[in-house]
Amino acid sequence: MEMRDTSVSLSGVRLDNPVIPASGCFGFGYVMSEYYDLDILGSISIKGTTLSPRAGNPLPRVAECPDGLINSVGLQNPGVHKVVSEELPKLRKVFHKPVVANISGFSVDEYVEACRVIDGAEEVGIIELNVSCPNVHGGGMSFGTQPESVAEVVKAVKEVVTKPLYVKLTPNVTDIVKIACAAEDAGADGLCLINTLLGMRIDTKTRRPVVANKVGGFSGPAIFPVAVRMIWQVASAVNIPVIGCGGVSTADNVIEMMMAGATAVEVGSANLVNPYACKDIIEALPSRMEKLGIASLSDIIGAALPR
Amino acid sequence: MKMKADRHKHRFFRVVSNRKVAAKTWELALEGDTSDFTAPGQFVNIAVAGKYLRRPISVCDISGSRLTLLYDVVGEGTEVMSEMKPGDTADVLTGLGNGFNLAVKTEKPLLVGGGIGCAPLLMLARSLCREGKRPVVVLGFNTAADVVLKKEFEDMGLDVYVSTADGSEGTRGFVTDAIAEKNPDFDYFYTCGPLPMLRALCERLAQPGELSLESRMACGFGICMCCVLETRSGLKGICKAGPVFPKDELIWK
Ligand SMILES: Cc1cc2nc3c(=O)[nH]c(=O)nc-3n(C[C@H](O)[C@H](O)[C@H](O)COP(=O)(O)OP(=O)(O)OC[C@H]3O[C@@H](n4cnc5c(N)ncnc54)[C@H](O)[C@@H]3O)c2cc1C
Ligand SMILES: Cc1cc2nc3c(=O)[nH]c(=O)nc-3n(C[C@H](O)[C@H](O)[C@H](O)COP(=O)(O)O)c2cc1C
Ligand code: FES
Repeated sequence: MEMRDTSVSLSGVRLDNPVIPASGCFGFGYVMSEYYDLDILGSISIKGTTLSPRAGNPLPRVAECPDGLINSVGLQNPGVHKVVSEELPKLRKVFHKPVVANISGFSVDEYVEACRVIDGAEEVGIIELNVSCPNVHGGGMSFGTQPESVAEVVKAVKEVVTKPLYVKLTPNVTDIVKIACAAEDAGADGLCLINTLLGMRIDTKTRRPVVANKVGGFSGPAIFPVAVRMIWQVASAVNIPVIGCGGVSTADNVIEMMMAGATAVEVGSANLVNPYACKDIIEALPSRMEKLGIASLSDIIGAALPR
Repeated sequence: MKMKADRHKHRFFRVVSNRKVAAKTWELALEGDTSDFTAPGQFVNIAVAGKYLRRPISVCDISGSRLTLLYDVVGEGTEVMSEMKPGDTADVLTGLGNGFNLAVKTEKPLLVGGGIGCAPLLMLARSLCREGKRPVVVLGFNTAADVVLKKEFEDMGLDVYVSTADGSEGTRGFVTDAIAEKNPDFDYFYTCGPLPMLRALCERLAQPGELSLESRMACGFGICMCCVLETRSGLKGICKAGPVFPKDELIWK
C-alpha cells in the first residue's frame, strides 16, 4: 500500500493525523498510556479545567442510553494551577506533542485568568474554550447560548493568550451558525463542535432521574448525525478551522466529518467503551483512505460543502 | 519512546459455561488470559450485546486460565449476559481496580459478604488460606433461595455463618446479627455488599477493615470521572483508586 498522508494543520499546529481524544473522555491522558503508545495520536484534549478546583456533581453521574450515555460529571478538575504543575508534566512523560487545553469558566474574569495560566504551559499547543458544558448550574451554558456572551469572553481571552484559541460550541442552541460567526468575529482562531446534547433518563423502577444532577450531557454514536449537520452548517459559514466532535467511533466517521468541513476530529465516548478506540481509528485510516481514493486527508476537508 | 509495547488489558475470553446457581444469580465461567489480575477484589468491565456501556463485575475466582464471575440478573444488561452460550466470545477489560490488600497485618481476618457482594470474597479467601490464614466467613442474603458460595467456602474448611432477612436459613436478620450471635474472633475485616450493610459494619465493628464499593461507571479504568468518591484523602475514582477502600478512608454522610 502506498503512503497515505494523514497529516492536517490547525492554525499552524501540525498534527500527524486528525484524531484527538475529546475532553473529559481521556482524563489527563497519562492513564491511557497503560493501553497504548500515546504518541500515535494527533493530539489530546485534556479534561475541562477551571481556575479553581471543582469537586463536580454528586453520584450517580452516568446513565446509559441507546448508542450513547448521559454524563453529569460537572467539570470535576484539580484547578488550572495544579493541571499546569502536576497533570501536564505527567502527561509530557508519555506524550510528546502539543496538547489541546480545554478551559471552562463561570465568569469572563475566570476564563481570562485560567486561559492566561494555561497559555504559559509549554505543553499546550491550542486552547479550547468550553463555552458549552451543560452540566453546571449557571455555568458554561449561558456563555455558549448567546452570541453576545460568546463574543465577550472570546475577545477578553484573546487579549491575554498567545496560543491559538478555539471555541468549543454547544449544540443546545437554535442557530449554531450565529454563535459560530460571533466567535469568529470576536477573534477566535478556530471552532470545535459539538459538545454534549442536554438529555435525561428516568429510572422507571424508582420513578426518579438516573443521574443525581437530574439532567446531563448526551454523547456517543447517537449524536453523530447531529454533529455532522452542525459542522457542515458552520463550516459553510466561517473561514476558520473547525474541529469536529460528536459520536465518532470509526475511521469512516472521521472521514465523513472531515468531508462536512472538519480539519481535525475529536473522539469522546468511544474511548470509554473501547480504550483502543483512537488507536483502532488511526490504524484503520490508511486502508479506508485507499478504498475511498484519498491520497491526503487534508484534500477532503469540506469536500461535501456547497461550492 | 516509540513502539512501546501495549499493556493489553482488553481481552477476549471464551465462554465455558453460564448457569443459574441461585434464584437470581448466574455463574459465568470464562477461559482466557488472566495474567492482568494481581489481587482478589479486582473487576472486569464486560461488554454486553446491544448495550453501549460495559457492565462492571467482580472477579469471583481465578484458576489458571479460568475466570469465574458470579452475577445477579437485575436489569437488561445482566439479562443479556445470562443468554451467553458456551463457545461465545466475551469482550472484557481485565485487571481493573486495586483489589483487596493482602499486605495488611492480620492474623484472624473476617470476611463479610452481602448478597452478590459475596462474589469477590471467594478468591480473597483462597489467597488468605494460601498465606496460612483461616478467615471466618459471614454471608448475608434475603432468603435461602438466594444463598450462593456457602459450599465453596465450606469446602475450603472455613467456618461459614449465614444470615437471611426472612430467617429461612441461618441467623434471622442481617450479617451484623449473625456476627453478634456467633461472635467470631477477628482482628481485621474485608467486606463487599450493599451500602447500608457496609455502613452498619463500619459503625458496629471496632476492628480495622476494608470495603469494596460500587458505583455506576462508564469507563471503569479511570478516565471519565463518573465514579468519584470523596475520601479523607480527597476525591478518588472508585474504579481506579478503588473499588476497595480502607474503613478509615471513608466519609459517611
Ligand atoms: C466494581 C463493581 C463490581 C461489581 N461486581 C458485581 C458482581 O460481582 N456481581 C454482580 O452481580 N454485580 C456486580 N456489580 C454490579 C453490576 O455492575 C450491576 O448489577 C450491573 O451493571 C447491572 O446491569 P443491568 O444492565 O442488568 O442493570 P440496569 O439497571 O439495566 O443497568 C443500567 C446501567 O446502570 C448500571 N448499574 C446498575 N446497577 C448498578 C450497580 N449496582 N453497580 C454499578 N452499576 C450499576 C449498569 O452498569 C448500566 O450502565 C458490580 C459493580 C461494580 C461497580
Ligand atoms: C464523561 C464526559 C466528560 C466530558 N467532559 C468534558 C469537559 O470537561 N469539557 C468539554 O468541553 N467537553 C466534555 N465532554 C464532551 C466531549 O468532549 C464531547 O464533546 C462529547 O462527548 C461529544 O463527543 P462524543 O459523542 O464523541 O463523546 C465530556 C463528555 C463525557 C462523555
Ligand atoms: S468509571 Fe470512568 S473514571 Fe471510574
